[in-house]
Amino acid sequence: MSEHIVTSYDAELSRLNRMILEMGGRAESQLAAAVNAFSRRDATLAATIVRQDDYIDALEAEIDDFAVRLLALRQPFAIDLRMVIAAIRIASDIERIADYAANVAKRTIALTKSPPIGPEKVVPRISGMVEAMIRDVLDAFVERDVEKAHAVWRRDSEVDDVYTSLFRELLTYMMEDPRNIGPCTHLLFIAKNIERIGDHTTNIAETIHYLVRGERMVEERPKSDTSSFEVVAPASQGSAPEQGGES
Amino acid sequence: MPFNGRADRTNEIPKIVADHVDVFYGEKQALFGVDLEINRNEVTALIGPSGCGKSTFLRCLNRMNDVIPNCRVGGSIRIDGEEIYDPKVDPVILRQKVGMVFQKPNPFPKSIYDNIAYGPKIHGLARDRTNLDEIVETSLTRAGLWKEVKDRLAAPGTGLSGGQQQRLCIARAIAVDPEVILMDEPCSALDPIATARIEELIDELRENYTIVIVTHSMQQAARVSQRTAFFHLGVLVEVGDTEKIFTNPADDRTQGYITGRFG
Repeated sequence: MSEHIVTSYDAELSRLNRMILEMGGRAESQLAAAVNAFSRRDATLAATIVRQDDYIDALEAEIDDFAVRLLALRQPFAIDLRMVIAAIRIASDIERIADYAANVAKRTIALTKSPPIGPEKVVPRISGMVEAMIRDVLDAFVERDVEKAHAVWRRDSEVDDVYTSLFRELLTYMMEDPRNIGPCTHLLFIAKNIERIGDHTTNIAETIHYLVRGERMVEERPKSDTSSFEVVAPASQGSAPEQGGES
Repeated sequence: MPFNGRADRTNEIPKIVADHVDVFYGEKQALFGVDLEINRNEVTALIGPSGCGKSTFLRCLNRMNDVIPNCRVGGSIRIDGEEIYDPKVDPVILRQKVGMVFQKPNPFPKSIYDNIAYGPKIHGLARDRTNLDEIVETSLTRAGLWKEVKDRLAAPGTGLSGGQQQRLCIARAIAVDPEVILMDEPCSALDPIATARIEELIDELRENYTIVIVTHSMQQAARVSQRTAFFHLGVLVEVGDTEKIFTNPADDRTQGYITGRFG
């Protein structure tokens, strides 16, 4: 798209673009750092990450204010209007992503107080997948690349699969030894937080679709996290966790 | 669809159908094969940069171009299925059916009453004085001006404020019982309050009339119209639901114009 007749308008829209990228980049680093703190069992680093979340909240507020200003003063139409709306939506998703990253850090602090348990190694794996999704979705945003956004969107089901299998594994640990329940619950929440980050990344992919194409994305949302439907049979009845519907 | 309050108009026949309309001013072609359907009881906004042909097209709809020397109109325009360029059509009768409001309010240098009564009188629409009084009152009421002027109907129309004068012109257009009202930048000489009053009025009028408005204000087109047509260099580039045109236009030229990238 060519430039606006009023050049300061272009400058404002590219500033909005940069703000989104900065916020997205920071949220991605927060997640990477939180998982790093988790792997190293570093409570000090984790505490720093929790504190840094305020900065991302402030960025979201700044993007919101700037977007409202653009709406009021420029009264954008068409692609420009969609850009402003997309910025507000994406900033809100990134803010949630950063919140979840901070939550990972918080639970890491709690986890450092008990000895490590086996399934912890899954966390860097699932996080690596999600971090790559964030990077790619931000690239898709910069390049206004709908195909790339769709590809990120589809990858979310792999994250859900890893999460679901971790969920099952943790259930068996907890059933084996009730002393595992505390750390396993934290671990489960950490994994759940990261899985939720994947969901927000798919939201961003949908927003990119809207931004570029001007219409809502119609495909069914990939939802393969089936853990909400799991029921647990007590070990005394002699069976592993089974899958069934909630009643 | 939830929250969609708009009635389904798909089965309705358009009020006006323009078919391959060409307009020449002497050698110069101003419009190129315009095909446009205008729905009844809707406001259709015509937008585009200066010289794009939107006003030329508007003036075709009540044969105002007939009075311009060397102006030639080709193609077909039908209102309710009747060809308005048929030689048998009397342009005076046509202009009664298709009224017009101009950019600058142009009340006659007569009283407020006479401004409204003039049309019905020459078209023989009033049975008697009482009936004429009724027409004047109804027209002024519909134009949202009655309360402001009912005690000074004998005062000159030119003594009203700009916004009131424009509403007087709308009342005058309504007085001859038209079916279509054409408006050529009706608010460009008005302040925002007077503009809002006219826009509110346009929204009310569409219940009874089909309205076509030319405007340079994209915000105004977005606010008042249901459908928007974008003209560029004498060509109708794109027409569609106003909502669609201003959020997701199909043509790059439309997008360029409404977002201020060229003009």
